[in-house]
Amino acid sequence: MKIAVCLNHVPDTASKISVGQDNQSIDTSGVTFVVNPYDEFAVEEALKTKEKVGGDTVVISLGNDNNKESIKKALAMGVDNAVLLKTNEIYDSLSVAKILANEIKTQNAEIVFFGKQSVDYDNGAVGQMCAELLGYNSVSVVVGLEINGNKVRAEREIEGGREIVETELPVVITTQKGLNEPRYASLKGIMAAKKKIIDEKIPENCSNYTETISMKKPPAKQPGRIIGTDATAVPELIRLLKEEVKVI
Amino acid sequence: MSAYRGVDYLDLDSLLSEEEILVRNNIYQFVRQEVIPVIEKHYEEGKFPLHLVPKMAELGIFGITLPEKYGCANMNNVVYGLVMQELERGDSGIRSFTSVQSSLVMYPIYTFGSEKQKEYWLPKLAKGEVIGCFGLTEPDFGSNPAGMLTKAEKTDNGFILNGSKMWITNGSIADIAIIWAKLEGNIRGFIVEKERKGFTAVEMKGKHSLRASVTSELILDNVEIPEENLLPQSMGLKSALMCLNQARYSIAWGVTGAMIECYLSALDYSKSRIQFDKPIAAYQMTQEKLVYMLTEITKSQLLNLQIGRLKDQNKVKHTHISMAKRNNCEKALEIAQIAREILGANGILNEYPVMRHAANLHSVKTYEGTHEMHTLIIGEDITGFQAFT
Repeated sequence: MKIAVCLNHVPDTASKISVGQDNQSIDTSGVTFVVNPYDEFAVEEALKTKEKVGGDTVVISLGNDNNKESIKKALAMGVDNAVLLKTNEIYDSLSVAKILANEIKTQNAEIVFFGKQSVDYDNGAVGQMCAELLGYNSVSVVVGLEINGNKVRAEREIEGGREIVETELPVVITTQKGLNEPRYASLKGIMAAKKKIIDEKIPENCSNYTETISMKKPPAKQPGRIIGTDATAVPELIRLLKEEVKVI
Repeated sequence: MSAYRGVDYLDLDSLLSEEEILVRNNIYQFVRQEVIPVIEKHYEEGKFPLHLVPKMAELGIFGITLPEKYGCANMNNVVYGLVMQELERGDSGIRSFTSVQSSLVMYPIYTFGSEKQKEYWLPKLAKGEVIGCFGLTEPDFGSNPAGMLTKAEKTDNGFILNGSKMWITNGSIADIAIIWAKLEGNIRGFIVEKERKGFTAVEMKGKHSLRASVTSELILDNVEIPEENLLPQSMGLKSALMCLNQARYSIAWGVTGAMIECYLSALDYSKSRIQFDKPIAAYQMTQEKLVYMLTEITKSQLLNLQIGRLKDQNKVKHTHISMAKRNNCEKALEIAQIAREILGANGILNEYPVMRHAANLHSVKTYEGTHEMHTLIIGEDITGFQAFT
């Protein structure tokens, strides 16, 4: 059984992001990059799945040499193999999905894990697109997972509750916080990762289906207003909520 | 997980290998997620967070520099140092636990033990299944361990130990103690299991410092141990001092972690605390404090790194380690106190780590060779005059 996990290398959520001079991309200077937080759940689930059902794990990442930092982290956590689909291009979701799907096919992976979304562009689409392109089943935003033989039982997070879904392999699972506690890379894992090779491949050229016209920062937050400090302010507060911001 | 946040004013990360950075960042995450959220409570209650030991073992940090065949990570001394730095950013107590387990228990078994002792104890210590402590200091013999009163007497099957040890980190939670005792006048090391009849560990209470660490008194009252519990290669006080040298090295790195934590806390606070309509960071006196802290941290980092590299090349002298222990502990305590001043009254609250670090550092400056002793060790080295006595 081959288990694949797709990994993205994204700006740390604590970074201050500013728009680059071209107004079409972010300025990456001074920004630190980390493993996409949702992908950490994907890596952990891939490792847990391997521990349970056996097989081989492979981490697949699309991007430039900087992605190796995140790939190495996955290897240190215990993933067996790695593929870097090396490019400097910025692709949109469908292009990313096509490139990844090609590699997943090459790897012959039957279980594929993705984070439910990348915290950079937040489209939350690549996992499901990949499943469609591969003709795999897909369960997204998963917080509980059991795989027995060919059967997959997954618990999904939905608005206000949980949904339990059953399907079969091959499957793409996108992972949500709560599914597991990602392990720390042990020092032995880090040492072992040194011996693992990152297979670098040049992905086939792909043209984007969407074009980024411009990026801008959200408008600066309006300063707050204190309309009173005791109960006498309530009528005025209600009036403002009704008439000014129109939320009640 | 968020990205690593440390202090690196001179791009010293460029002097570290990728693997060294990976390990450091990994321990950083561990400390943020597992240590920081629980440490204040443990500190207040005067308890060591024992539940962290299996997690630390899983990370592989006990006996980190020892060979893989004993279940260890076989990493270099710079990695060891960086791990200690990150652990002490959590608390000196966590770092102290690890220093003792690695440098004062696993190291002497590895260095002075028989193959049988190594094969039996090291994997268990690496997994955290066995906790160790180190008994050298006595109530009346601190800086002068050569005067120790604890004695070992040869019997037909082994030895009988008598004496008492004090200020023993991990004492009451330890499964084994490395006890230093005089056998026919020569100081030797012995492994004493806690179950041995006549062995008692009494926790010392009332500490205002290192509250999240266990400190005990060990009493050895006619403790009988078999011949095989002697560390065969331990010969004289020098062997015990070799262990301390390892531990002092880890302290030099550890306290740099405490400095980093205090500095970052003060830096963040100074930028958000408004007085007279502007952040206190905008005042010259605050800036002077911050710059002093940053400069001292950078100097400590350079000392540590060079000593670590020398250690990896087997070129380090114990006087080098004394220099780092002496300087870094003194500066760390100073930085913690300056940070407390920048934080004003807030600095005494447990919402911020600085008061806890300051209190811890008072111990760390004293243990493993006082500031004064390290001064005299280097003094003797450069002048040729021994000035201890």
